[in-house]
Amino acid sequence: MWHDHVLTAKQFSRADIETVLDRAADFDGPTGDTRHTDSLLGLLFFEPSTRTKMSFETAIKRLGGDTIDMGSVGSSSVSKGESLADTVRVIEGYADALVLRHPKQGAAKMASEFVDVPVINAGDGAGHHPTQTLLDLYTIRENAGLDDLSIGIMGDLKYGRTVHSLAQALTNFEVTQHFVSPESLALPPTVRYDLDEAGASVEEHTGLDGVLPDLDVLYVTRIQRERFPDENEYRAVASEYGIDLGTLENAKDDLSIMHPLPRVDEIDPAIDDTDHATYFEQAHNGIPVRMALLDLLL
Amino acid sequence: MTDDHQLRVGKIENGTVIDHVTGGQALNVLAILDIDGSGGEEVSVGMNVPSDRIGRKDIVKVEGRELSQGEVDVLSLIAPDATINIVRNYDVVEKHRVERPAEVVGVLSCPNANCITTEREPVDSRFTVLADGVRCAYCGTLIREEFATHIDVG
Repeated sequence: MWHDHVLTAKQFSRADIETVLDRAADFDGPTGDTRHTDSLLGLLFFEPSTRTKMSFETAIKRLGGDTIDMGSVGSSSVSKGESLADTVRVIEGYADALVLRHPKQGAAKMASEFVDVPVINAGDGAGHHPTQTLLDLYTIRENAGLDDLSIGIMGDLKYGRTVHSLAQALTNFEVTQHFVSPESLALPPTVRYDLDEAGASVEEHTGLDGVLPDLDVLYVTRIQRERFPDENEYRAVASEYGIDLGTLENAKDDLSIMHPLPRVDEIDPAIDDTDHATYFEQAHNGIPVRMALLDLLL
Repeated sequence: MTDDHQLRVGKIENGTVIDHVTGGQALNVLAILDIDGSGGEEVSVGMNVPSDRIGRKDIVKVEGRELSQGEVDVLSLIAPDATINIVRNYDVVEKHRVERPAEVVGVLSCPNANCITTEREPVDSRFTVLADGVRCAYCGTLIREEFATHIDVG
């Protein structure tokens, strides 16, 4: 058994990551595969999600399996006050693995303590999003390799769960992580603790200009409007941490720009047609990577 | 010398003497033990007493009460040098230093309001004990000071 559950990126060693990415490469093509025809994946999304949920659905169906879906929270037993612990214990009886997105941090870990089937954390509040990280790493490997890199991570670093997971996973590789954010949205102490403990090479910045020329990868995240009580304050920050063609004048020619999507104003659509744009390829990579992950877990 | 200071707050017949508490932490020790006087407990407290071992120490003597392991675990976080003396018939029958456990379960509340352990779920809080604090095993939140404000033992 590779791992019983997928809860945080912190649980992955370099070898774990390479195992998933190598297997994902095998699935990254038009050929179908039906090795999990009898598998049912339980989708428990306590928060709205489009791409993560659809990519898990696609991945299991491309492996020959199928999904059962709890549906929206409003139409489920959760609306009657059922605990998460009870919900997962019930769905465990129906499905071979559970994909859980939940607004509370630590929800997937708690769920894993109540069931015997694999639990896959598909996002827990501002906590973690480890499967996003695996597809991020797959994309980085395809475009730049995974060592001797300078990687910029910009935007909402405080609440961005994709950032937290990616930062932890990158400690397995020879990279320097440059975090770019307003001070109010800097990395939370708990993530910084993990990076320090792992001996990661980390630099924090409040602006992109000084560091951009060094970067091989720039990972942009959305600054969430709801984090700012004042609309004007949000607009000022959002415009400062967005990029357009002018921003990239000093960037390396082979800079790879990534974004976990959805984007709002952070990346000018004019960048879509440049060689820098990697975000749609990144989104596509969710399928082979999640196929690989399910193949390892089921 | 130690005996003099213990005499200053009087001997107890049966109960626990918590000695070598970090100076100034006695009230937090009482908070950990959920003692606020309303329960009628007989308690003696010495604060900032000179100590050869730790400079200034607090002493808490609780009549008729022996501590649970959970209480001792939390005590170890705010008073790592504390000694626990169990007294029966005015004699110390057991004496040991607190030990920092690998984790504390069900005794601290996570200060992160968005942590799953703050919900109505059938799960105890669980904190990994670090060299300089504790960390929620579910959401990763760090607590490095003011442990007493997060105590959830009854």
